[in-house]
Parts: sequence; C-alpha cells; structure tokens
Amino acid sequence: MNEVIKPPNSSWRPRVVAFFCNWCTYTAADLAGVSRLKYAPNIRVIRLMCSGRVDPQFILDALARGADGVLIGGCHPGDCHYVEGNYKMLRRFQMLKRMLKDLGIEEERVRLEWISAAEGEKVKRVVNEMVGQVQKLGPLGMPGKFEEWDKEMEHFAAQVEEKDAAAACSCATANKPELTTA
Amino acid sequence: MKEQSNGEIRIGFYICHCGHNIAAMVDCPEVAKYVEKMPGVALSRDYKYMCSDPGQELIQKDIREFDLNRVVVASCSPLLHEHTFRGATEAGGLNPFFFHMVNIREHDSWVHTDRNEATEKAKALVRAAIERVAFHRALEVKKVPIHPDVLVVGGGIAGIHAAMTLANAGKKVFLVEREPSIGGHMAKFDKTFPTLDCAACILTPRMSEVGAHKNITLWTYSEVTKVDGYVGNFTVTVKRKPRYINEDLCTGCQECIANCVYKEPKFLDEFNEGLGKRKPVYIPFPQATPQVVLIDPEVCLNFKRGVLTDKCKKTCVEACGEKKAITFTQQDEIKEVKVGNIIIATGFQTFDAKRVPQYGYGTYPNVYTALEVERLVNASGPTGGEVILRDGKHPKAIGIIHCVGSRDNRTNRWCSRVCCMYSLKLAHLLKEHTDAEIFNFYIDMRTPGKGYEEFYNKLLEEGVQFIRGRVGEVTDWAMTPEEEGKLVLRVEDTLAGFVRRIPVDMVVLSTGLEPQADAQDVRRLFNMSCGTEGFFLERHPKLAPVNTFTDGIFLAGACQGPRDIPDTVAQAGAAAAEALVLIDRGYIEQEPNTAYVLENECSGCKSCIPLCPYTAITFDEAKEKALINEALCKGCGTCVASCPSGSIAQRLFEDEEVFSEIRGLLAF
Repeated sequence: MNEVIKPPNSSWRPRVVAFFCNWCTYTAADLAGVSRLKYAPNIRVIRLMCSGRVDPQFILDALARGADGVLIGGCHPGDCHYVEGNYKMLRRFQMLKRMLKDLGIEEERVRLEWISAAEGEKVKRVVNEMVGQVQKLGPLGMPGKFEEWDKEMEHFAAQVEEKDAAAACSCATANKPELTTA
Repeated sequence: MKEQSNGEIRIGFYICHCGHNIAAMVDCPEVAKYVEKMPGVALSRDYKYMCSDPGQELIQKDIREFDLNRVVVASCSPLLHEHTFRGATEAGGLNPFFFHMVNIREHDSWVHTDRNEATEKAKALVRAAIERVAFHRALEVKKVPIHPDVLVVGGGIAGIHAAMTLANAGKKVFLVEREPSIGGHMAKFDKTFPTLDCAACILTPRMSEVGAHKNITLWTYSEVTKVDGYVGNFTVTVKRKPRYINEDLCTGCQECIANCVYKEPKFLDEFNEGLGKRKPVYIPFPQATPQVVLIDPEVCLNFKRGVLTDKCKKTCVEACGEKKAITFTQQDEIKEVKVGNIIIATGFQTFDAKRVPQYGYGTYPNVYTALEVERLVNASGPTGGEVILRDGKHPKAIGIIHCVGSRDNRTNRWCSRVCCMYSLKLAHLLKEHTDAEIFNFYIDMRTPGKGYEEFYNKLLEEGVQFIRGRVGEVTDWAMTPEEEGKLVLRVEDTLAGFVRRIPVDMVVLSTGLEPQADAQDVRRLFNMSCGTEGFFLERHPKLAPVNTFTDGIFLAGACQGPRDIPDTVAQAGAAAAEALVLIDRGYIEQEPNTAYVLENECSGCKSCIPLCPYTAITFDEAKEKALINEALCKGCGTCVASCPSGSIAQRLFEDEEVFSEIRGLLAF
C-alpha cells in the first residue's frame, strides 16, 4: 500500500498508456485485480492479442497525444501464445529506442516488460516503478510542444511571405517563385 | 443483422456497479452522466449488475427501442464476460462485434484507493471504448470442426479416470504415460484414507480395464514431444521409448526375468522407492499395466552404458523361446496422432526430503519418507508388509513429522492438503503392523473432508500421540542413557510450552507435494501457464477450474495443485465432461480476429512472410501480393504491426480502432 504513488500537489498527473498482450500481461493485470493489489491509478491499458501487434506508431501516437510514458507488456521469452510475437516486439523496441533518443525523449518513458499470467505482483511493481520514474521526469507535453512548433512555423511562413511580397513589389515583372509553406 | 443504414452511430453505454465491487471506488452515475454528452452516444445508463438476466435484457430492449447500433459495457474483465455481452448484443438484433467492453473492475476499482482518481481513470477508459466502438464492423464467427479423439497425458488415477470416462462415452482416447506402467502414485499406496480401502484393490481393476478397453490406445513408456494446432485440431507427436520388448508379442509370463543371467535382483527398484531390488529385465510391479516386461539398458549385460554390445549369454531370449518378444535392436518410435482435445494429468512429485537437512534424511538410515513407508507397510512391498528398518530392527517408537516441504517459507509455502490425512493413515497402519508408540508432530491438524475428522478422532482413541510443534531437528546425539542408539526429535511442544526431546527408532517425514520437475517444459509444450508455485494454472479458480487459457486443453489432478484421490477423480471427470461438450457440439467458434491484406496497397515486398509463425502468409505470384490463409491465421497481429506500407489489417484490432482508443485515453 505504501508503494502507491500519491499525485503531486500540482494539477499534473502522469499518464501512462499501456499495451498488454491478452494471454500473459493482461491476465496478470486481472490477477492483480482479483488479488486486490494496489497500484498507481495513472495507467490506462489497451488490450491487444499479442505484444507482436504493437506497432511503433502506436507508441509514438500515444506520446504525441499527451502520454507521459508508454508501457508494453508481453509474455516471457519462449512463452508467447503465438510462438514468438514477443521477440518481434523486442526487435522493434530496440529500433524505436534509438529513434526516441534522437527525438530527445528520455529512455525511461518507454518500457517493455515480460509479465506472465501468474505475475500479478510484477504488474503492481512495474506500474509503480514506471509511474514513479515518469513523475520524476515531469510532463513530456508533446501536444503543447506541437502547438509551439506550429506557431513557430506560422511565424516563419508569415516572414517568408512578407519577404516575398516585398520582392514582388520591387520587381513586378519577374515570375513569383513557387512557395510551399508548412 | 442490422447495420446502420444512414451511417449514424448510435451507441448505448452501460456502466455496471457490480454490487459494491465497482460502485465503491468508481462513481458510476457520474461516469454515466459524463458519457451521455459524448458524440454518438444515444443512451447512457448505470445498473447494479449488468451480467444478470435483467441487465442483459436491458441491453436487448434498448437496442430495439432506441435503435442502437453500438453497445459499450463498462464492468469486469472481458476475459470474464465479453462473451456474455456479445450474446446480449446479438440477441438484441445486432452483430455481436458491435460490442466493446471496458474493464473497470480488475483494472480500476479493485486496484486503486482514491475514488476521484479511479473515477477519472474509468472515464478515460470508457472514452477510449466509445471512440473505438464507432469503428467496429460486423464480423462473422468462423466455425471449425472438432476432431473427436482425445489425448490424455499421464496415466495416474486422474488420467485413468478421464480416459475411462471418455472411452465409455464412445470416444477414442490416446493415453500416454511416461513410466512403464500406468497407475501413478496411487499404485504405490498401501491403503487409502479414511476408509482404509486397499489402494491396489480399487485401482488395479481400473488399470486392467484401461489396458483392455477397445477405445483406449495405451502408450506407456512414452512422452509427448510436440504439439501443433489448436482446439479441435491438434497434431501430437509421441515418442515411444524402447523397452527392448515387443509389446504385442510379450505375454507377461516373466520367464525372462526368472532366467536372467543375474540370479538375484541387484538393482534399485524405482517402484519400491529404492527399498527393494530388481533385475535388468523386470516388470515394475505385479499388477503393472500393460503386463509387459522391459529391459533397463543401463544395467543389462547385453548393453554397455546403454549401447548394444551383444556380449551377454542372453538366457532371457532362450527363455522367451518361440514368442521372440525380446528385441535388443528396438529404437525410439515416433507416433503422430490427430486429436481434438487434450487432458493434462501429469500429477506431482513428492518433496525431496534432503532439502531439509536438519531432519537427517539420507544421513540417518532410519529416517524414511512417507512414500517409502507406504511401500514398507504394503503386503506386496519389498519386505512383504513387515516393518523392518534399514538396520534390520523392528521399531518400538516412531515419530511422524508433518509439513516437511509444506507451509515453510524456506522451501514450499503452500499446504500440500493430503499430508495430515496420510500421516494419520500411516500412524494407524504402523500401529497396526508394529504396535510401536507413535508420535505425530504437527503444526495444525487439517482434516477437512467427508469422514476425515472422524478418522482423526479415531486415531486419538487409538492412543497415537499428537504433539503440536514443528520439529527443530532429528539427531543421534544422546544426552541420556535412554537416548543411546536412538534418533532424538527435538521439538517445542507449543501446547505444553517447553522444548522436548523424544527418542524414537524410526522417523517418517510427511513430505509435501510439488510440481513435477519438468512442469515448465510441459507447460511450454502445451502452451499453458503456471501459477507462482509452478502448478498449472486454471482459467478461473472458481468457474473454470479444469480449463486452461488454451482452448481444448484441460487439467485433471495434482498437476493443477495438491489434492487427494476423491478430488482428483472428480476433477478428471469434469475435464472429461468439458472435452465431451466440445466433441458433441462438433465445432468451435473462432474469434474473428484474423489478419487480411489490403490488396490495393500491398507492394509485394514479402517482408511479412517470414514473420508469420504459422506460415499463414504466402505470396500470390500472379498478383504479386501477399496472401493470408485465414484458416491458418491465429490473429496475433505481428504481420500487421510490421508491414512497412500498412497494408495488412487485423479484424477487431484495426489500426483506426487502436488509434481511436489511444485518442480516447488521452483526450483531456
């Protein structure tokens, strides 16, 4: 009980989106429920049949839409209900991690865990750890950043247009160069 | 089936209180009010128990009255009631896949402590479902025929009972047993508690029935090595180990045993727990089924370290004569069978008493495990039922230590359920055989069961001593002349309140039950799960105790957890009944979550083909597109996630469905 993470005083609460496979991790989360284990309420689970279904785009989309972290749960290596879907997720995950690093997103925000159907305790531990880490890192705030970037782009486009207009005045006979703005 | 004609989405939303289970932690009316205003929602209700008949009827009525075309229920785990609500949706006249379920019990109300937070989480989860369900499409359930044959793995009492039940119902059964004979642990027991029936007398007739049954193919000394396929259509590979005897030709006359070049039995006898001896050619025990001998290549003179040398005089072959049953060149035989259902009855192993060194098993010869004592008091055992200790003496005082390898944080934490009862039984039998003074050392006496408590009371009257306390150690270090040459049990008598030293001649360790050493391999082979203790995990502890998470695979007996013979037999019957349900229905309905190729977009790059673990994807050379065989696809979605051009989709888990779920979860 004491491991439950209390929300901070500010209005921000971390939001972690989780993709759990139907056979191991989702069942483990059900077991955690049946066992009445208590963990941080900041996690929202999406059920997929297999961790192999987790498209890296799902993770990026979740982060882009305001998730502060993403947790992926699959069966232990060798235990996949679909033979080896978890290995395939692992391969994608390694690539995605490099990409996230380049994007400047902290590594701890995206986590892959093997949790078997019997490991309700592990669900509790991993969720609490993950929420704790994200809490420390603070908000990722991608939607806000996108807005800012959009504004910057608009501002930049306006500047370019102004410049072009000025150029068009000075030499009205010249062809107007084609311009695409963002 | 009704489809929305004008494309308008009309969602009916229901949130279940589940009594107090959800309502105590989630403000259900508040969530219902919140959902009401969401786009596409035609109706939003909260209700006490959605899974009840009135709850389901409410959905059906609303679909008709309010012209709903989508249904969302927020209640328990979809693994529990998705099926129920899909049924209600269908009964209301909609395609069942226009339904989506939200888990706000196991994933919310039961695991959180702050009501506001839990309610907020419920709103987010519900919003995701409302966003998602709009993208749902009508899907058709695929029906797959069920192969009527059944494989039973393990030939103990559980496997025997399950196989007999199915065979008597007219189904063909393959019974695979690892040991040379069926019978399992029960065949080793002398008597069974609390009725003191002779175990062999009630078991061996069942064993011969199995051996003779026309519907049962019995493969002993065999192991399952590979399992392919899915419910209704498993292909199982069984390896039959060589016994160097042709089973069809051996009549069980045992002339070969009598005529072996070894005149006296010399090698440890596994069936008698190493207390007796056997020859290189042997039959495990007199009533073994099948009545076929086998040769142990590790010790037979015709082999050297298991390799055939042909150096023995082979008097056994002479004795066998015309029957010509002995075949030294026998090899592993691989069998492949097709079955529709599998019953796992692989049983347990007893705790290795050497793991508790303070009790001196393996150090002091007169410390026995309970299973050894079963053989010792058995009339067909190594001593003919006479209790003679390893040092040749007859015991005058015997100590029985309960809970060895049970209820112990250092070894196994669980209660093995049968030890109290079999300890009482052994106390009674030892008393009967030796008239020795008997001390039982127990933590708690646990005798729940029909006639069990009465048996305990009977033992109290018989003058067996009961001392409440966990024995600290067994030692041969004497402090007084009376203790010379004896084993001394040091124990805190927690009822008397002081430490006692009790000298005895014989110590019996009531070892607990634990999962088979290779339970993890078996689990992988059959795609099952294990609980934290390592026993196979049932689908639901209350409502699906013999089902596993893999359809068509059922559990019977102590492989699922420690249990006694009556419970094992009951469970084996239940497993057989579950298999019969599927066989007699004739088909199973498969979740329509298969993947499909969007032909217009597929570039024919073939990167999905090697990813499929079921080789369901092939390449259509004419069209230059990937092609998914739906009969082989199991719906994992790996190819969907990996397609570089996004041209594979998965039913029930379409990209837009998952993206809308993400959007819903993070909408505010």
